Amino acid sequence: MVTLFAVFLLTLLVLTAIAVVQTKNLFVAVMLMGIFSLLMATVFFILDAADVALTEAAVGAGISTMLFLATLALTGEHEKPSKKGPWISGLVVAITSLILIDATFEQPYLGDPMAPVQQHVAPWYLEMTPELMDFPNVVTAVLASFRGYDTLGEVFVVLTACIGVLFILSAGPGAPNPKSPRIPTAPSVGLRHHLIPRVVGKLLIPFIVLFGLYVQFHGEYSPGGGFQAGAIIAAGMILYALLEGEKQALKVLPQSVLIGMVVGGAMLYGMVGVVGMLMGGNFLDYSVLSSNPVSGQQIGILIIEIGVGLAVCGALLAIFHAFAARRSVG
Amino acid sequence: MEILGLYNYWAYVAVLMIGFYAVIAKSNLIKKLIGLSIFQSAVFLLYITMGKVDGGTAPIIQAGVSDQIFSNPLPQVLILTAIVVGVSTLALGLAIVVRIKESYGTIEEDQIHLLDHKS
Repeated sequence: MVTLFAVFLLTLLVLTAIAVVQTKNLFVAVMLMGIFSLLMATVFFILDAADVALTEAAVGAGISTMLFLATLALTGEHEKPSKKGPWISGLVVAITSLILIDATFEQPYLGDPMAPVQQHVAPWYLEMTPELMDFPNVVTAVLASFRGYDTLGEVFVVLTACIGVLFILSAGPGAPNPKSPRIPTAPSVGLRHHLIPRVVGKLLIPFIVLFGLYVQFHGEYSPGGGFQAGAIIAAGMILYALLEGEKQALKVLPQSVLIGMVVGGAMLYGMVGVVGMLMGGNFLDYSVLSSNPVSGQQIGILIIEIGVGLAVCGALLAIFHAFAARRSVG
Repeated sequence: MEILGLYNYWAYVAVLMIGFYAVIAKSNLIKKLIGLSIFQSAVFLLYITMGKVDGGTAPIIQAGVSDQIFSNPLPQVLILTAIVVGVSTLALGLAIVVRIKESYGTIEEDQIHLLDHKS
Protein backbone atom coordinates (compact mmCIF):
# COMPACT_ATOMS: atom_id res chain seq x y z
CA MET A 1 0.00 0.00 0.00
CA VAL A 2 2.75 2.45 0.96
CA THR A 3 4.66 1.40 -2.16
CA LEU A 4 1.69 2.23 -4.37
CA PHE A 5 1.26 5.57 -2.64
CA ALA A 6 4.95 6.33 -3.14
CA VAL A 7 4.71 5.43 -6.84
CA PHE A 8 1.67 7.68 -7.18
CA LEU A 9 3.43 10.59 -5.47
CA LEU A 10 6.61 10.19 -7.52
CA THR A 11 4.61 10.13 -10.76
CA LEU A 12 2.79 13.27 -9.65
CA LEU A 13 6.18 14.83 -8.83
CA VAL A 14 7.47 14.20 -12.35
CA LEU A 15 4.25 15.56 -13.91
CA THR A 16 4.44 18.71 -11.77
CA ALA A 17 8.05 19.25 -12.81
CA ILE A 18 7.05 18.96 -16.48
CA ALA A 19 4.22 21.46 -15.93
CA VAL A 20 6.62 23.89 -14.25
CA VAL A 21 8.99 23.83 -17.20
CA GLN A 22 6.20 23.92 -19.82
CA THR A 23 4.26 26.95 -18.61
CA LYS A 24 5.08 30.36 -20.11
CA ASN A 25 3.75 32.30 -17.13
CA LEU A 26 6.40 32.50 -14.42
CA PHE A 27 3.83 33.21 -11.71
CA VAL A 28 2.15 29.88 -12.52
CA ALA A 29 5.55 28.19 -12.56
CA VAL A 30 6.37 29.51 -9.08
CA MET A 31 3.03 28.38 -7.68
CA LEU A 32 3.57 24.93 -9.19
CA MET A 33 7.02 24.88 -7.58
CA GLY A 34 5.27 25.25 -4.21
CA ILE A 35 3.21 22.15 -5.02
CA PHE A 36 6.36 20.37 -6.22
CA SER A 37 8.08 21.08 -2.90
CA LEU A 38 5.11 19.89 -0.89
CA LEU A 39 4.99 16.63 -2.89
CA MET A 40 8.72 16.25 -2.38
CA ALA A 41 8.26 16.72 1.38
CA THR A 42 5.63 13.97 1.41
CA VAL A 43 7.96 11.64 -0.50
CA PHE A 44 10.72 12.36 2.03
CA PHE A 45 8.33 11.53 4.84
CA ILE A 46 7.43 8.18 3.26
CA LEU A 47 11.15 7.46 2.93
CA ASP A 48 11.55 7.83 6.73
CA ALA A 49 13.20 11.24 6.59
CA ALA A 50 10.96 13.19 8.96
CA ASP A 51 13.51 15.93 9.65
CA VAL A 52 14.13 16.49 5.95
CA ALA A 53 10.40 16.56 5.19
CA LEU A 54 9.91 19.28 7.82
CA THR A 55 12.74 21.35 6.33
CA GLU A 56 11.55 20.92 2.74
CA ALA A 57 7.99 21.89 3.66
CA ALA A 58 9.10 25.04 5.51
CA VAL A 59 11.82 26.12 3.10
CA GLY A 60 10.71 24.82 -0.29
CA ALA A 61 7.00 25.49 -0.09
CA GLY A 62 7.29 28.59 2.09
CA ILE A 63 10.44 30.65 1.84
CA SER A 64 11.65 29.96 -1.69
CA THR A 65 8.18 30.61 -3.16
CA MET A 66 8.25 33.98 -1.38
CA LEU A 67 11.69 34.79 -2.80
CA PHE A 68 10.59 33.91 -6.35
CA LEU A 69 7.47 36.07 -5.99
CA ALA A 70 9.53 38.99 -4.65
CA THR A 71 11.79 38.69 -7.70
CA LEU A 72 8.86 38.42 -10.12
CA ALA A 73 7.46 41.66 -8.70
CA LEU A 74 10.67 43.36 -9.86
CA THR A 75 11.23 41.59 -13.17
CA GLY A 76 7.80 40.79 -14.64
CA GLU A 77 6.13 37.44 -14.94
CA HIS A 78 6.02 36.71 -18.68
CA GLU A 79 8.57 34.49 -20.28
CA LYS A 80 9.35 35.29 -23.90
CA PRO A 81 9.42 32.30 -26.23
CA SER A 82 12.94 31.03 -26.57
CA LYS A 83 14.56 31.29 -29.99
CA LYS A 84 17.22 28.71 -29.18
CA GLY A 85 16.79 25.43 -31.01
CA PRO A 86 15.38 23.04 -28.42
CA TRP A 87 16.58 20.10 -30.53
CA ILE A 88 20.17 20.15 -29.33
CA SER A 89 19.09 20.55 -25.70
CA GLY A 90 16.57 17.76 -26.14
CA LEU A 91 19.20 15.48 -27.64
CA VAL A 92 21.67 16.16 -24.81
CA VAL A 93 18.95 15.50 -22.24
CA ALA A 94 17.84 12.30 -23.98
CA ILE A 95 21.38 10.88 -24.14
CA THR A 96 22.09 11.79 -20.51
CA SER A 97 18.78 10.22 -19.44
CA LEU A 98 19.63 6.96 -21.20
CA ILE A 99 23.03 6.79 -19.51
CA LEU A 100 21.51 7.53 -16.09
CA ILE A 101 18.67 4.99 -16.56
CA ASP A 102 21.23 2.40 -17.58
CA ALA A 103 23.19 3.19 -14.42
CA THR A 104 20.13 2.70 -12.19
CA PHE A 105 20.06 -1.04 -13.03
CA GLU A 106 23.26 -1.45 -11.04
CA GLN A 107 21.81 0.32 -8.00
CA PRO A 108 20.69 -1.74 -5.00
CA TYR A 109 16.90 -1.95 -4.77
CA LEU A 110 15.04 0.53 -2.61
CA GLY A 111 15.27 -0.46 1.04
CA ASP A 112 17.98 -3.10 0.61
CA PRO A 113 19.57 -3.43 4.08
CA MET A 114 22.74 -4.88 2.54
CA ALA A 115 23.38 -1.85 0.29
CA PRO A 116 26.91 -0.44 0.68
CA VAL A 117 25.58 2.87 1.99
CA GLN A 118 24.08 1.08 5.03
CA GLN A 119 27.32 -0.68 5.97
CA HIS A 120 29.71 2.13 6.78
CA VAL A 121 29.32 4.62 9.66
CA ALA A 122 25.53 4.68 9.92
CA PRO A 123 25.20 1.61 12.20
CA TRP A 124 27.85 3.10 14.46
CA TYR A 125 25.91 6.39 14.72
CA LEU A 126 22.73 4.50 15.57
CA GLU A 127 24.49 2.41 18.17
CA MET A 128 26.52 5.14 19.86
CA THR A 129 23.96 7.96 20.07
CA PRO A 130 22.11 6.62 23.15
CA GLU A 131 25.42 5.92 24.83
CA LEU A 132 27.24 9.20 24.08
CA MET A 133 24.36 11.69 24.06
CA ASP A 134 21.44 9.96 25.70
CA PHE A 135 18.72 11.43 23.52
CA PRO A 136 16.62 9.71 20.86
CA ASN A 137 16.93 11.75 17.64
CA VAL A 138 19.97 10.35 15.83
CA VAL A 139 19.65 12.91 13.01
CA THR A 140 20.19 15.76 15.48
CA ALA A 141 23.10 13.90 17.06
CA VAL A 142 24.85 13.41 13.71
CA LEU A 143 24.06 16.95 12.60
CA ALA A 144 25.21 18.75 15.70
CA SER A 145 27.91 16.59 17.16
CA PHE A 146 29.29 13.73 15.03
CA ARG A 147 29.38 15.92 11.92
CA GLY A 148 29.51 19.30 13.66
CA TYR A 149 32.21 20.58 11.29
CA ASP A 150 29.93 20.12 8.28
CA THR A 151 27.12 21.98 9.96
CA LEU A 152 29.40 24.82 11.00
CA GLY A 153 30.49 25.10 7.38
CA GLU A 154 26.86 25.15 6.18
CA VAL A 155 25.99 27.91 8.66
CA PHE A 156 28.86 29.98 7.29
CA VAL A 157 27.66 29.36 3.73
CA VAL A 158 24.25 30.72 4.76
CA LEU A 159 26.00 33.73 6.34
CA THR A 160 28.07 34.33 3.19
CA ALA A 161 25.05 34.05 0.89
CA CYS A 162 23.17 36.52 3.10
CA ILE A 163 26.06 39.01 2.97
CA GLY A 164 26.19 38.58 -0.81
CA VAL A 165 22.46 39.25 -1.26
CA LEU A 166 22.60 42.33 0.97
CA PHE A 167 25.59 43.68 -0.97
CA ILE A 168 24.07 43.08 -4.39
CA LEU A 169 20.68 44.52 -3.49
CA SER A 170 21.93 47.58 -1.60
CA ALA A 171 23.41 49.30 -4.68
CA GLY A 172 22.42 50.04 -8.25
CA PRO A 173 19.51 51.99 -9.75
CA GLY A 174 16.81 50.29 -7.71
CA ALA A 175 18.59 50.63 -4.39
CA PRO A 176 16.33 51.57 -1.50
CA ASN A 177 16.79 55.26 -0.83
CA PRO A 178 17.89 55.75 2.78
CA LYS A 179 16.55 59.32 2.92
CA SER A 180 13.02 58.51 1.81
CA PRO A 181 12.47 54.82 2.41
CA ARG A 182 9.82 53.38 0.18
CA ILE A 183 6.55 53.99 1.94
CA PRO A 184 3.88 52.22 -0.07
CA THR A 185 0.79 54.25 -0.78
CA ALA A 186 -2.10 53.48 1.48
CA PRO A 187 -3.97 50.75 -0.47
CA SER A 188 -0.88 48.56 -0.80
CA VAL A 189 0.19 48.54 2.86
CA GLY A 190 0.30 44.81 3.23
CA LEU A 191 -3.08 43.13 3.22
CA ARG A 192 -4.51 45.44 5.86
CA HIS A 193 -7.63 46.11 3.87
CA HIS A 194 -8.43 42.47 3.31
CA LEU A 195 -10.30 41.43 6.39
CA ILE A 196 -10.20 37.64 6.13
CA PRO A 197 -6.47 37.11 5.46
CA ARG A 198 -5.70 39.64 8.17
CA VAL A 199 -7.84 38.04 10.88
CA VAL A 200 -6.89 34.46 10.02
CA GLY A 201 -3.22 35.34 9.53
CA LYS A 202 -2.98 37.20 12.81
CA LEU A 203 -4.50 34.23 14.60
CA LEU A 204 -1.98 31.89 12.98
CA ILE A 205 1.24 33.86 13.55
CA PRO A 206 1.60 33.23 17.32
CA PHE A 207 1.05 29.51 16.76
CA ILE A 208 3.58 29.40 13.91
CA VAL A 209 6.21 31.08 16.09
CA LEU A 210 5.34 28.87 19.05
CA PHE A 211 5.63 25.79 16.86
CA GLY A 212 8.99 27.08 15.62
CA LEU A 213 10.23 27.39 19.18
CA TYR A 214 8.97 23.89 19.96
CA VAL A 215 10.80 22.50 16.92
CA GLN A 216 13.92 24.37 18.04
CA PHE A 217 14.05 23.16 21.61
CA HIS A 218 12.54 19.72 21.12
CA GLY A 219 14.87 18.87 18.26
CA GLU A 220 16.73 16.28 20.29
CA TYR A 221 13.59 14.26 21.02
CA SER A 222 11.50 14.65 17.87
CA PRO A 223 12.12 15.75 14.30
CA GLY A 224 13.43 19.28 14.38
CA GLY A 225 16.35 21.49 15.20
CA GLY A 226 17.81 24.85 14.37
CA PHE A 227 17.49 24.69 10.57
CA GLN A 228 13.79 23.84 10.60
CA ALA A 229 12.96 26.20 13.46
CA GLY A 230 14.77 29.10 11.81
CA ALA A 231 12.83 28.56 8.57
CA ILE A 232 9.47 28.19 10.35
CA ILE A 233 9.89 31.33 12.47
CA ALA A 234 11.10 33.25 9.42
CA ALA A 235 7.99 32.10 7.53
CA GLY A 236 5.81 33.34 10.40
CA MET A 237 7.50 36.74 10.38
CA ILE A 238 7.21 36.98 6.58
CA LEU A 239 3.47 36.33 6.94
CA TYR A 240 3.36 39.20 9.43
CA ALA A 241 5.19 41.44 6.95
CA LEU A 242 2.69 40.52 4.22
CA LEU A 243 -0.31 41.25 6.44
CA GLU A 244 0.83 44.43 8.16
CA GLY A 245 3.24 45.87 5.64
CA GLU A 246 6.95 45.61 5.56
CA LYS A 247 7.51 48.82 7.53
CA GLN A 248 5.63 47.46 10.52
CA ALA A 249 7.58 44.18 10.34
CA LEU A 250 10.87 46.11 10.30
CA LYS A 251 9.73 47.92 13.48
CA VAL A 252 9.35 44.56 15.20
CA LEU A 253 12.66 43.17 13.95
CA PRO A 254 14.85 45.91 12.41
CA GLN A 255 17.40 44.98 9.76
CA SER A 256 20.26 45.64 12.19
CA VAL A 257 18.83 43.08 14.64
CA LEU A 258 18.49 40.54 11.80
CA ILE A 259 22.11 41.00 10.76
CA GLY A 260 23.10 40.70 14.41
CA MET A 261 21.16 37.42 14.56
CA VAL A 262 22.98 36.00 11.49
CA VAL A 263 26.46 36.98 12.65
CA GLY A 264 25.74 36.25 16.31
CA GLY A 265 24.32 32.82 15.51
CA ALA A 266 27.32 31.80 13.42
CA MET A 267 29.71 33.19 16.04
CA LEU A 268 27.85 31.42 18.86
CA TYR A 269 28.39 28.13 17.04
CA GLY A 270 32.07 28.81 16.49
CA MET A 271 32.56 30.03 20.07
CA VAL A 272 31.24 26.73 21.48
CA GLY A 273 34.05 25.05 19.58
CA VAL A 274 36.64 27.52 20.86
CA VAL A 275 35.41 27.22 24.46
CA GLY A 276 35.73 23.45 24.12
CA MET A 277 39.35 23.94 23.01
CA LEU A 278 40.07 26.25 25.95
CA MET A 279 38.67 23.62 28.31
CA GLY A 280 41.08 21.06 26.97
CA GLY A 281 39.12 19.24 24.28
CA ASN A 282 39.20 19.31 20.50
CA PHE A 283 37.40 21.93 18.41
CA LEU A 284 33.63 21.23 18.59
CA ASP A 285 34.10 18.40 21.08
CA TYR A 286 31.32 19.11 23.56
CA SER A 287 32.20 16.37 26.07
CA VAL A 288 34.50 18.68 28.03
CA LEU A 289 31.84 21.38 28.56
CA SER A 290 30.58 19.67 31.70
CA SER A 291 32.05 17.29 34.25
CA ASN A 292 29.81 14.56 32.81
CA PRO A 293 30.61 13.95 29.10
CA VAL A 294 26.99 13.06 28.27
CA SER A 295 25.52 16.24 29.72
CA GLY A 296 28.41 18.17 28.14
CA GLN A 297 27.28 16.84 24.75
CA GLN A 298 23.68 17.82 25.49
CA ILE A 299 24.65 21.37 26.54
CA GLY A 300 26.85 21.81 23.49
CA ILE A 301 24.18 20.57 21.09
CA LEU A 302 21.52 22.80 22.68
CA ILE A 303 23.72 25.90 22.30
CA ILE A 304 24.83 25.24 18.74
CA GLU A 305 21.24 24.51 17.69
CA ILE A 306 20.27 27.93 19.06
CA GLY A 307 23.13 29.41 17.03
CA VAL A 308 21.92 27.64 13.88
CA GLY A 309 18.32 28.74 14.48
CA LEU A 310 19.31 32.39 14.97
CA ALA A 311 21.55 32.39 11.91
CA VAL A 312 19.01 30.75 9.58
CA CYS A 313 16.05 32.83 10.79
CA GLY A 314 18.04 36.08 10.60
CA ALA A 315 19.48 35.28 7.18
CA LEU A 316 16.14 34.36 5.58
CA LEU A 317 14.39 37.45 6.99
CA ALA A 318 17.26 39.79 6.03
CA ILE A 319 17.16 38.39 2.48
CA PHE A 320 13.37 38.81 2.33
CA HIS A 321 13.55 42.44 3.46
CA ALA A 322 16.37 43.16 1.02
CA PHE A 323 14.14 42.01 -1.85
CA ALA A 324 11.05 43.75 -0.49
CA ALA A 325 12.80 47.11 -0.06
CA ARG A 326 14.01 47.16 -3.68
CA ARG A 327 12.22 49.63 -5.94
CA SER A 328 10.99 48.56 -9.33
CA VAL A 329 12.94 50.25 -12.14
CA GLY A 330 11.59 50.81 -15.64
CA MET B 1 7.14 -5.60 -6.43
CA GLU B 2 10.70 -6.34 -7.61
CA ILE B 3 10.25 -4.08 -10.60
CA LEU B 4 9.20 -1.17 -8.35
CA GLY B 5 12.49 -1.39 -6.44
CA LEU B 6 14.09 0.95 -8.92
CA TYR B 7 11.11 3.25 -9.45
CA ASN B 8 12.54 5.90 -7.11
CA TYR B 9 15.70 6.06 -9.18
CA TRP B 10 13.73 6.45 -12.41
CA ALA B 11 11.71 9.26 -10.89
CA TYR B 12 15.00 10.80 -9.82
CA VAL B 13 16.37 10.58 -13.38
CA ALA B 14 13.17 12.07 -14.82
CA VAL B 15 13.09 15.01 -12.39
CA LEU B 16 16.83 15.60 -12.77
CA MET B 17 16.56 15.70 -16.56
CA ILE B 18 13.52 18.00 -16.52
CA GLY B 19 15.51 20.44 -14.39
CA PHE B 20 18.54 20.04 -16.65
CA TYR B 21 16.43 20.74 -19.74
CA ALA B 22 15.06 23.94 -18.18
CA VAL B 23 18.59 25.10 -17.37
CA ILE B 24 20.03 24.56 -20.86
CA ALA B 25 17.03 25.14 -23.15
CA LYS B 26 15.20 28.08 -21.56
CA SER B 27 16.54 31.58 -22.05
CA ASN B 28 14.60 33.26 -19.24
CA LEU B 29 16.93 33.58 -16.24
CA ILE B 30 14.23 32.97 -13.63
CA LYS B 31 13.16 29.84 -15.51
CA LYS B 32 16.77 28.70 -15.43
CA LEU B 33 16.88 29.19 -11.64
CA ILE B 34 13.59 27.28 -11.29
CA GLY B 35 15.20 24.50 -13.35
CA LEU B 36 18.22 24.55 -11.08
CA SER B 37 15.91 24.17 -8.03
CA ILE B 38 14.23 21.16 -9.65
CA PHE B 39 17.65 19.67 -10.47
CA GLN B 40 18.72 20.17 -6.86
CA SER B 41 15.53 18.57 -5.51
CA ALA B 42 16.23 15.51 -7.67
CA VAL B 43 19.63 15.10 -6.01
CA PHE B 44 17.94 15.34 -2.60
CA LEU B 45 15.55 12.59 -3.69
CA LEU B 46 18.46 10.34 -4.70
CA TYR B 47 20.18 10.72 -1.32
CA ILE B 48 17.05 10.12 0.73
CA THR B 49 16.15 7.12 -1.45
CA MET B 50 19.54 5.55 -0.73
CA GLY B 51 19.07 5.93 3.02
CA LYS B 52 15.78 4.01 3.18
CA VAL B 53 15.86 0.56 4.80
CA ASP B 54 13.04 -1.97 4.37
CA GLY B 55 10.75 -2.09 7.38
CA GLY B 56 12.68 0.82 8.85
CA THR B 57 11.41 3.92 10.56
CA ALA B 58 12.68 7.47 11.10
CA PRO B 59 15.95 7.32 13.08
CA ILE B 60 14.49 8.41 16.39
CA ILE B 61 15.15 5.77 19.03
CA GLN B 62 12.19 4.89 21.21
CA ALA B 63 12.97 3.97 24.80
CA GLY B 64 12.02 0.42 25.73
CA VAL B 65 11.72 -0.82 22.15
CA SER B 66 14.73 -2.95 21.32
CA ASP B 67 14.66 -4.62 17.90
CA GLN B 68 13.76 -1.61 15.75
CA ILE B 69 15.15 -1.06 12.28
CA PHE B 70 16.13 2.50 11.42
CA SER B 71 16.74 4.17 8.11
CA ASN B 72 20.17 5.65 7.55
CA PRO B 73 20.47 9.02 9.35
CA LEU B 74 23.55 10.22 7.47
CA PRO B 75 22.02 11.10 4.05
CA GLN B 76 19.18 12.81 5.92
CA VAL B 77 21.61 15.07 7.77
CA LEU B 78 23.46 15.98 4.57
CA ILE B 79 20.24 16.84 2.74
CA LEU B 80 18.68 18.71 5.65
CA THR B 81 21.53 21.22 5.66
CA ALA B 82 21.70 21.23 1.86
CA ILE B 83 18.07 22.39 1.59
CA VAL B 84 18.71 25.47 3.73
CA VAL B 85 21.98 26.23 1.94
CA GLY B 86 20.13 25.73 -1.36
CA VAL B 87 17.57 28.41 -0.57
CA SER B 88 20.30 30.89 0.46
CA THR B 89 22.21 30.37 -2.77
CA LEU B 90 18.94 30.59 -4.72
CA ALA B 91 18.39 34.00 -3.09
CA LEU B 92 21.85 35.06 -4.25
CA GLY B 93 21.00 34.00 -7.82
CA LEU B 94 17.69 35.86 -7.72
CA ALA B 95 19.43 38.99 -6.41
CA ILE B 96 21.79 38.89 -9.41
CA VAL B 97 18.78 38.45 -11.74
CA VAL B 98 17.19 41.56 -10.23
CA ARG B 99 20.33 43.58 -10.92
CA ILE B 100 20.57 42.22 -14.48
CA LYS B 101 16.98 43.31 -15.10
CA GLU B 102 17.84 46.81 -13.87
CA SER B 103 20.97 47.10 -15.99
CA TYR B 104 19.74 45.49 -19.22
CA GLY B 105 15.98 45.93 -18.96
CA THR B 106 15.45 42.25 -19.74
CA ILE B 107 16.05 38.84 -18.21
CA GLU B 108 16.10 36.92 -21.50
CA GLU B 109 19.53 35.48 -22.12
CA ASP B 110 19.54 35.95 -25.94
CA GLN B 111 18.58 39.63 -25.63
CA ILE B 112 21.31 40.18 -23.04
CA HIS B 113 23.83 38.67 -25.46
CA LEU B 114 22.57 40.98 -28.23
CA LEU B 115 22.92 44.04 -25.99
CA ASP B 116 26.44 42.92 -25.03
CA HIS B 117 27.44 42.61 -28.69
CA LYS B 118 26.10 46.04 -29.59
CA SER B 119 28.12 47.84 -26.94
